[in-house]
Amino acid sequence: MKLPIYMDNHATTPLDPRVLEAMLPYLQEDFGNAASRNHAFGWKAEAAVEQARKQVAALIGASDKEIVFTSGATESDNLAIKGVVEFYKDKGDHIITLKTEHKAVLDTCKRLERVRQERLDELRQMRLSQLTGTPVSRDNLAELSIKHDLDNDPVYRQWAELPTGGARVTYLDVEKDGRIDLKKLEAAMTDKTILVSIMFANNEIGTVQPVAEIGKLCRQKGILFHCDAVQGIGKVPFHVEEMNVDLASISAHKMYGPKGVGALYVRRKPRVRIAPIIDGGGHERGMRSGTLNVSAIVGFGKAAEIARQEMADESARLFRLRERLRKGIMDQLDMVTVNGSLEHRLPGSLNISFAYVEGEALMMAIKDVAVSSGSACTSASLEPSYVLRACGVDEELAHSSIRFGLGRFNTEEEVDYVIKLMVDKVNRLREMSPLYEMAKEGIDLKSIEWTAH
Amino acid sequence: MAYSDKVIEHYENPRNVGTLDKADPNVGTGLVGAPACGDVMRLQLKISDDGIIEDAKFKTFGCGSAIASSSLVTEWVKGKTVDQAMTISNKDVARELALPPVKIHCSVLAEDAIKAAIEDFKKKREARQQKA
Repeated sequence: MKLPIYMDNHATTPLDPRVLEAMLPYLQEDFGNAASRNHAFGWKAEAAVEQARKQVAALIGASDKEIVFTSGATESDNLAIKGVVEFYKDKGDHIITLKTEHKAVLDTCKRLERVRQERLDELRQMRLSQLTGTPVSRDNLAELSIKHDLDNDPVYRQWAELPTGGARVTYLDVEKDGRIDLKKLEAAMTDKTILVSIMFANNEIGTVQPVAEIGKLCRQKGILFHCDAVQGIGKVPFHVEEMNVDLASISAHKMYGPKGVGALYVRRKPRVRIAPIIDGGGHERGMRSGTLNVSAIVGFGKAAEIARQEMADESARLFRLRERLRKGIMDQLDMVTVNGSLEHRLPGSLNISFAYVEGEALMMAIKDVAVSSGSACTSASLEPSYVLRACGVDEELAHSSIRFGLGRFNTEEEVDYVIKLMVDKVNRLREMSPLYEMAKEGIDLKSIEWTAH
Repeated sequence: MAYSDKVIEHYENPRNVGTLDKADPNVGTGLVGAPACGDVMRLQLKISDDGIIEDAKFKTFGCGSAIASSSLVTEWVKGKTVDQAMTISNKDVARELALPPVKIHCSVLAEDAIKAAIEDFKKKREARQQKA
């Protein structure tokens, strides 16, 4: 067994050697531009891209014409959300998403909210200038708006209903197990809702959402459904017809392909339209301009093909490994909790809180094992994971959590090594923890007046 | 985040981990931080009647820098007078451990813990004197 052990496969996965082999010719002799229609170098590159497009499409039950290659899932999420908002702005401007989404979705939504707010501010400025007969600056906008009762001004209200280019966003809470309550989703839908963006599987806690039901509900209401499916695709079955999705984001490097390449699935029947966010040569049917990254796309295709062929065996094996890890730890340590639904969960995913031990200190203790901490102590902010908080996990426990992501290349031997290491180190840190000592003495930690800092 | 060698050394071989008898009139206990913030430091000092710190023990829930900071101050305060210990500042701790800016907060906690422990000791002594 080789150290360090990699158990952070949610962050990224190593390149499968078979993928690398498929890519190499396109980094060397077959270097053509897939858009070069007038010579053999271009034709060969184009053929390789189209082959990869078929392989990616086959993994999700789509047609190859529905796959748009991007630089990765962050771009796919941006393209899906901004693209829909821009294209369907005459229809409405409301988006519904979850508080536990990836930042690529949440921050995109926040930007759209800002765009809308800025546009509304401009309109208020214009209207107030009309009403007062003098130019109005941004500084006293709020004050003047109240003075002139702008919210009840018919002209301003009419203007505010016009498309702004931004969006209104509802961020839904999740239940304790990390899953969405469909009734809450339905209740949040309005006649202005144009898009629901909900992930397939959560990157931090591995929880799998009821995507097919969400899609069904969206379709009934005539609302488009985008699914950030990055963490789940290639690990568990995801079929665009069964899932009723209109748009889905995929990333190659989460399924043993190269970094820097992803795709957006865009449904053709019924046709979903999106405005591009990158303009240029009109590649990818105008939805994503830019010379295609041929070798990476070829690798993506190969990774998708391997995932499709081996998913059933691999997920069964990862499930066994994860349960071995979970039980191994939980049988030997008390006061340990699993975050997120155990039932609806990616097979290789385990997010676990060790009460009275701080996550980052624990990661430091197991430095031969690459995992990720739910504690945000490593960043400039001292806030713990927003995903765990949204699931109602106590801040204290959120600071004590570790995410294990098992993948294709992890072995049983590694899992056993990690179990032993975790048990030793958690015990050592608990011996050093005043909270553990107090808890053992029966002191209620909630009754203590802590010094905030 | 890459830790300095000194942080790692203290984290791996923490000095003076443990618990002193809270009921002992010569023991002052400082408990600072909050579980919700991700760090809690408990520093206990055994102080002689003439104000010399004879022993120091700590327990810390927190990141590597928090553990290292508390371990370091237990070493520093031992043998010092109460007044000398009060002059230890978070800057000294941060400098000694080469803490990065986001971890300065751990050194602040260590300074607060010393002050809280001494304050607790002084309160106990006053209470004793009032009784006598």
